[in-house]
Amino acid sequence: MADLRINEAGLKRDERLEWLKLFGLSSPAILMVLVVLVLPVGWLFYVSFIGANGEFSLENYERMINRKSYARIFTTTFQISFLTTGLCILIGYPLAYFLSQLPPRLANLGLITVLLPFWTSLLVRTYAWLVLLQKRGLVNDWAISLGLWDEPIKIVHNMTGTLIGMVHIMLPFLILPVYGAMRAIDLDLMKAASNLGANPRRAFWGVFFPLTLPGLMAGSLMVFILCLGFFVTPAVLGGGKVIMVSMKIVSNIELFVNWGAASALGVVLLVLTVVILWIASKFLNLETATRGGGH
Amino acid sequence: MKLKTHLILATALVATPALAQDKQVTIASWGGSYQEAQSKALFEPAEAKTGIKIKQETYGGMSDVRLQVSSGQVTLDIVASGSGSAARAGAEGLLEELDYSIIDASSFIPTTRGKFCVGGDVFSTVYAWNTETYGEAGPQSWADFWDVEKFPGKRAYRGKVAGALEPALMADGVAPEDVYEVLGSEEGIERALDKIRELRPHIDVFWTSGAQHAQLMKDGEVDMTTGWNGRFDNAAKDGAKVMYSFNQALLDYDCFAIPKGAPNKAVAMELLAEISKPEYQDDLPKYITYGPTNLAAYETGEISADMAAALPSSPDNAAMQMPVSLEWYAEWETIAAEMYQEMLTE
Repeated sequence: MADLRINEAGLKRDERLEWLKLFGLSSPAILMVLVVLVLPVGWLFYVSFIGANGEFSLENYERMINRKSYARIFTTTFQISFLTTGLCILIGYPLAYFLSQLPPRLANLGLITVLLPFWTSLLVRTYAWLVLLQKRGLVNDWAISLGLWDEPIKIVHNMTGTLIGMVHIMLPFLILPVYGAMRAIDLDLMKAASNLGANPRRAFWGVFFPLTLPGLMAGSLMVFILCLGFFVTPAVLGGGKVIMVSMKIVSNIELFVNWGAASALGVVLLVLTVVILWIASKFLNLETATRGGGH
Repeated sequence: MKLKTHLILATALVATPALAQDKQVTIASWGGSYQEAQSKALFEPAEAKTGIKIKQETYGGMSDVRLQVSSGQVTLDIVASGSGSAARAGAEGLLEELDYSIIDASSFIPTTRGKFCVGGDVFSTVYAWNTETYGEAGPQSWADFWDVEKFPGKRAYRGKVAGALEPALMADGVAPEDVYEVLGSEEGIERALDKIRELRPHIDVFWTSGAQHAQLMKDGEVDMTTGWNGRFDNAAKDGAKVMYSFNQALLDYDCFAIPKGAPNKAVAMELLAEISKPEYQDDLPKYITYGPTNLAAYETGEISADMAAALPSSPDNAAMQMPVSLEWYAEWETIAAEMYQEMLTE
C-alpha cells in the first residue's frame, strides 16, 4: 500500500516535471506570439479608442457610422477580395490540375513559371499592368488590330483593372497549396474508382476533388486575407475611384493626424474578417484548411 | 599591441560616419520632372559649392512628416511642400521655425516668406488638354473644362482636395475673387462637390501625383486634366501632345520646410540659405516653367524675357490667375478633405 502511494507521488512529480519541461521548451514560442501578435493587436485596440485630444473617446468609431464612405469602402474591400479569390480559384484550380497531371520534370518547369512573378516587385508588376491595359496600351492596340473590338475599351483605372492586377499577384498563393494537395493524391484511388464503375467525371468530383479541398481551402483563405490589406494595386490600377480600407487608413492619418482614426479602421477590418471566417467555419471544415498541403 | 589596433579600428569605425554626418542632409521632394529640375538647379550646384552631402528622396507629402514627427523617427531634414499643407503642418507644430538671420529672404515675394516654410518656386494649377483631340483651341476657362458637349472626352481630376474645389466653383459661375468667400462654409464646399459630381461620369482618373497627371497626358489616357503647369511643359518637351492655359488658373507656390526634430537641422538651415539665393533660383526656370520666389533672381540676367513671359509669376500671366488662399486651407482643409473623400467613394 505504502509503496503504491510513493509510486503515485513519484508519477505526479514526473508529470509536473514533464509539464514544466514542455512549457520551458515552448516558452520562447509563447513569448514570441505574445510579443509579435497579442501585444500589437491589443495596442491597436487601445489606440483606436483614443480621440484627437488624446483622451478616451468613441469618436473614431462614431465617424465610421456617421460618414457613409466607410461602409462603401468596406463593401468595396470585401467585394474585391471575394471576387479576386473566386477568379483565382477559377483560373488557378484548372491550372494546378493541369500541372499535377504533367510528368514531374515538366510540372516543375510549369511551377517555376508560376513562381517567377514572385521575384519581381509588386510595384513593377502593377505598373506593367497599367502600361498593358491603358487606352493606348498593348492589349487595346492588339485587340483593335485583330478586330476583336473597334474602340479602346476601359480595362484599367476601374474595378476591372484592379481585379486583373490582383488576380495576377495572388494566383501563386492559390496554385501552390492546391498543386501540393493534388500531387499528394494516390492515383490508385482514381483507378479504384473507375474499377468500381465510376465514370471519369464521377471519379473526379467524387474522389479527386474532395481530396484537394484542404489545399483549395488553404489557398483561398490565404488569397482572401491577403487581398483585404491590398494597397498598391488598387491605388495604381483603380484610377483613384477604387478605394480599399488600407488606402483609407493612410488618408485618415493624413487627415486627422491621429493614430486612433487609423487604428479604428484596422480594428473593424480585423473584427469583420474574424466574423467572416467564423461564419465560413460553420459551413466549411477550416480544420482541414489549416492542415494545408494535403501531406 | 593587438588590443591597441582593435581600439584604433573601432574608433575609426565609429568616427568615420560621424564625420560624414557633419555635413549631410536628406531632402524629400515630389519626384518626376519637378525634382529633377530642383536637383539640377538647386541641389547639385549647392552640393558642389558648400560640400554638404545631399541625399534625395521622394515622399508622399506632409503626411509622411506627420508620421515621422509623431513617432519620433525623423529622418528627413528638408521637405519640399505645397504652401497650403506646409502652413497647416507649421500650425500643428510639425515644422521647425526658420531662421531668417541665416536665410536671406529680403528680396522674396513677401507672401512666400513664411514662418515655417521658405518659398522655392511659383507654380500654377491649370487645365491642360490633348492637342490631338482638341487642337490648339482647347478649353479656355473652367466652364469649358466642364463643358462635355463642346469638348467631349475623358477627364482626369485631382484625387485630393487641394486645388480641386476652386475650379469647380468657377465653372459654376462664381467669380474668382468670390471663390474663397463661397467656400467659407460647408454648404459652399458641398456646392463645389456637387459640380464635381456632375462632371464625374467623364472623369476617368482621380490623379494623386504630378508625375501621374503628366504621364496620363503623355499616354493619351485622358483628353483633359487639371495639374501643375511645369509638368505639362516638360511632358510636351518629351513629345506629349499637351497644351494649357493660365486663364483662371490657381497661382500657388512651393516651399521648403524643416521637419521638427530633423537630425541635421543646422546644416539644413544652412542649405536652405544657399538655395534661396538668386543665383540658384534663376536656374530653375531652365528646367521647369516655375517662377522664382526670390525676385532678385530676375535681375541676374539668367532668366531671359521670353522665359520670364512663360512663367506663372510673370505679370501678364499672374493677372489672369487666382491666388490660392493659405488662410482658407489652414481653416478648412481638414473638413473639406473629408467631404472630398466622401464624394470620391460614391
